Amino acid sequence: MQSHDDHAGVLTLSDEVRHSVEVNSLKCYQCGKCSAGCPLSSDMDYPPSVLMRMLQTGRKDLEEKILRSYTIWLCLACEMCIARCPMEIDIPKVMDYLRERSLKEGKATPRAKDIIAFHKSFLLSIEKTGRLYEIGLIVAYKSKTYHMMQDVNLAPGMYVRGKLAILPEIIKGRKNLGEIFRKTLKKKEESK
Amino acid sequence: MKIGFYPGCSLKGGSREYAESVLAVAKAFEIELKEISDWNCCGATAAHNLNKDLSLSLPTRILAQAEKDGLEEILVPCAACYSRLTVTQHELAKDEELRNRICGIINMEYKGTAKILNIIQFIEKYVLENIRFKMHHNLDYKVACYYGCLLVRPHDILKFDRVEDPQSMDKIMRELGATPIDWAFKTECCGAGMSVSRTDLVAKLSGNIIEDALDRGAEAIIVACPMCQSNLDMRRPDIDKYLNRKTKIPAIYITQAIGMALGLGETDLGLQRHFVPVALPEKDHSLDSNNTVSQIQEGEK
Amino acid sequence: MARIGVFICHCGENISATVDCAKVAATASGFQGVTYSIDYKYMCSDPGQTMIKEAIKEHKLTGVVVAACSPRMHEPTFRRACAEAGLNPFLCEMANLREHCSWVHEKGDTTTNKAIDIVRMLVEKVKLNEPLTPVKVPVTKTALVIGGGVAGIQAALDIANTGHKVVMIERDPSIGGHMSQLSETFPTLDCSQCILTPRMVEVAQHPNITLYTYAELESLDGFVGNFKVKIRKKSKSLDEKACTGCGLCTTKCPNKKIPSEFELGLGFRTAIYVPFPQAVPNKPVIDRVNCTYYTKGKCRVCEKVCPTKAIRFDQEDEILELEVGAIVLATGFNVLKTDFFPEYGYGKYKDVITGLQFERLASASGPTLGAIRRPSDGAVPKKVVFIACAGSRDPAKGIEYCSKICCMYTAKHAMLYKHKVHEGTPYVFYMDIRAGGKMYEEFVRRAIDQDGAQYIRGRVSKIYEKNGKLFVYGADTLLNAEPVVIEADMVVLASAGVANEGAETLAQKLHVSYDAYKFFAEAHPKLKPVETNTAGIFLAGACQAPKDIPESVAAASGAASKVAGLFANDELTRDPMIAVVNRSAPPHYSSCVGCFLCQTVCPYNAIEQEEIKTRDGKLIKTIAYINPGLCQGCGTCVALCRSKSIDILGYSHNQVFTEVMALLND
Repeated sequence: MQSHDDHAGVLTLSDEVRHSVEVNSLKCYQCGKCSAGCPLSSDMDYPPSVLMRMLQTGRKDLEEKILRSYTIWLCLACEMCIARCPMEIDIPKVMDYLRERSLKEGKATPRAKDIIAFHKSFLLSIEKTGRLYEIGLIVAYKSKTYHMMQDVNLAPGMYVRGKLAILPEIIKGRKNLGEIFRKTLKKKEESK
Repeated sequence: MKIGFYPGCSLKGGSREYAESVLAVAKAFEIELKEISDWNCCGATAAHNLNKDLSLSLPTRILAQAEKDGLEEILVPCAACYSRLTVTQHELAKDEELRNRICGIINMEYKGTAKILNIIQFIEKYVLENIRFKMHHNLDYKVACYYGCLLVRPHDILKFDRVEDPQSMDKIMRELGATPIDWAFKTECCGAGMSVSRTDLVAKLSGNIIEDALDRGAEAIIVACPMCQSNLDMRRPDIDKYLNRKTKIPAIYITQAIGMALGLGETDLGLQRHFVPVALPEKDHSLDSNNTVSQIQEGEK
Repeated sequence: MARIGVFICHCGENISATVDCAKVAATASGFQGVTYSIDYKYMCSDPGQTMIKEAIKEHKLTGVVVAACSPRMHEPTFRRACAEAGLNPFLCEMANLREHCSWVHEKGDTTTNKAIDIVRMLVEKVKLNEPLTPVKVPVTKTALVIGGGVAGIQAALDIANTGHKVVMIERDPSIGGHMSQLSETFPTLDCSQCILTPRMVEVAQHPNITLYTYAELESLDGFVGNFKVKIRKKSKSLDEKACTGCGLCTTKCPNKKIPSEFELGLGFRTAIYVPFPQAVPNKPVIDRVNCTYYTKGKCRVCEKVCPTKAIRFDQEDEILELEVGAIVLATGFNVLKTDFFPEYGYGKYKDVITGLQFERLASASGPTLGAIRRPSDGAVPKKVVFIACAGSRDPAKGIEYCSKICCMYTAKHAMLYKHKVHEGTPYVFYMDIRAGGKMYEEFVRRAIDQDGAQYIRGRVSKIYEKNGKLFVYGADTLLNAEPVVIEADMVVLASAGVANEGAETLAQKLHVSYDAYKFFAEAHPKLKPVETNTAGIFLAGACQAPKDIPESVAAASGAASKVAGLFANDELTRDPMIAVVNRSAPPHYSSCVGCFLCQTVCPYNAIEQEEIKTRDGKLIKTIAYINPGLCQGCGTCVALCRSKSIDILGYSHNQVFTEVMALLND
């Protein structure tokens, strides 16, 4: 059982959120309006207002739970929460930060495997060609998730409607894009 | 006049008909759209979900390219791309240190001067006031205007229309002779990027949208985002399974609707590319200019 | 020879925490002219004041500097002490070591040195002080009460019962305010109109009260004890003396579909109307904006049927000029309407109403005669959702504060609904329950544990209408923020209490301060809740901040007692630190050249022209003269006068320069 004072003098996740994205989790008075309006609130392990409470307490065990939650990956970034929040707390920005942290610390929940695989496959495709190559995206996704038969019946429909390009479009500034990826997503981490 | 054009990845691939209808409408109104040179993907949901710097760098490169092309205004029909570009422009404008860092990453000059227009703003600015002169027939249908999330939120940055019960698309549809209905899911999320990874959630969210539109008598759903259209259209089998009924209501792009009212051809507008056929019931489409005018006045009250 | 006493106060720890008071006292004792210098923990206390009085007598002091808090706090205290010791009170100055020094700096030598400098400045100034005698002005012992709600009524009755005259003005056709719109009041569930109407009648009949309804303040001049007000009596199109209040005209008026302001749009009234049956005065007014005669030139039915020929179509507004000595502001508040809420429908759903509208439904004299019915179709609602904090505690919507009364009236509404619709279910979405008054907590618990109100902790994200039902999307934050969706028949928003319409304009007319939300500002949030910073103008009720009936009544009685205190004197003693035009020996008589620029800028119209004549009556020159009874000592004329002919007693040019030089000649 951890007490709420444990973090005196130590930087909490809430402090880091405050420094990085300028959101003060202490403003949240737990009204629940965000959870009430969130389209996927009932599918989440911690609805947004609950996650905010966990963040506020500064407790290390709850911070772990946050970074390992499914909530942060289910979040659609639909921005409905901040549109309704009386304290104008930028929850989507906090979610983005938590996602990045979760991956960096290797704490992403296995339940989010498919979701993360999709994002990664998407970005992989862009890195290679500069623009999304749907077939490349699907191949990468399936090789990460082994959902081999998923949407297989859609492909012909897409193709006959002219929506599925066989070959990718490669931009001229492809090298530039590779550089961008190397400086951001693929940046080598300095040893912690 | 010449306006910059950022199609984005979906308009080139899975939502080709959106690009076709945008170009068809632009041509009908003698607007030249110049595609930004060597544009790249804006990163969409994936980038901002995984890496902040990447999510800002990709859109900045696009805007920098547009500046190099000398483009002052850019039309961005995809709502997600519009959101990413506008948010990026805003973030870089208010934080000089961030701006310098991102410019260092993309290794390009960036001033942040381009004006970014979503499809509705483009229509309002360049098309709306002349529609009545080019109308071929009224679109005499009850329509549900579906705005989705990213056209109106976050309001502080986008400053477009109003967050609750927006009216800009409804106004355009009224101009085309349609009757936009008052309904509850105008800005509720369709399931966004979960189309592949959690199709069941898209079925639920998009299903609720379709159900409310149908319950209120809509004959078509008008959209302004390729992700929304795809979820409402391509994923219809999953939606029907969730709703336990067979639904036929088509999801039509706003530019396709305009094109239809202008009497443009089906293939010009890419209507044949939809999964759910755009087969609206036969009606007496004769154009009554008085009728159109009175409908506009009705709408503006 | 100057014999100055310097008294350094520690102010508990407020000053001594950062200023070395003993050192200041010791240094001051070395200043030229200082006979006695001491420091003490609480100068304003009894022993502190005694210290000053004894020092004055023992050391025969000719001047006193008390270095302590702001003179705005305790100048009167110390001046009184000096007067009691036989020293003219205007030979006492305060040096502000607190607000100007100790409170704004860190502890250290620089802070102490600054304190020493401040004391030095005031010592030099006080050497130039002259004894002054307060100016006396007469007091007009009539009070003006602006606003006829429960606060205004209470204040008027209290003042009238002390034997003084009261003029009450109310801009609506009847007094009563919001309290007359309520059904039952918490925590007793007294019928609101039953307890209010006797008071309303008492106001109308009290020999000391003159009541003008349908009247507003036009302008205000003057100052405490001597206000000159202009009241605009809007034309009621009625000869009030001839009218008997029979009401025949209101039954015959053909224009019956005007939304009633009293019923908050839930019912209708006629163009010639009495707002509600128990109105005081029970005489109608004609709404010229909607009346067929005024808009189209036809009808005049009321005129035809009136048995006493009381209708006067061409009656005009009347401006009354009054002299009053004190003003009580009791203009009340209002609540946000449903169109303020985008996520709850922008006001387009008929069955989403405000708490005040619910009161009209529940009221026995309301549009449904006390039956709870849906405004859209008149059906009995089986599920009613009450939303607390609608607009309040909501920085995103621009209202940070709590409206205080909503938790209580929401519990009341839930109970009233349940009492009237036995098979119905009230749901209350709340964030906290604020029930701090007497018997308040018990009242709310009764709603929850006995009367079947279902309380859910969470705010409602959205409401929409479908097939005649209102879909309410909330969350239960006490159950892991589980979504709660209710298909309600009616939704009642406990919408935020806000400043009344016209509050800002009125405050500006009266020179009364107001806050960012347009609520009138009290002089001190703790110690002067019913006074404003404008002498002679007092506050009562919700115009200062949202409050319930007991608090409004208490504030009203408080304001009334302040007025009575003011009227207890036949004369008011006014601060003698006023401006004076210099006079000198002939042939100049004064350095004033008679340009009268001062006269054009004086906000109090206190400057007149004085003719200097020879013994034969020949005019030598005309110079400015400042009326000591009107001058407020603001200093505008002093700053403007180009010949430097005007000075303020007790705050002269010389004194100011002396302070500056004292600082520079360290």
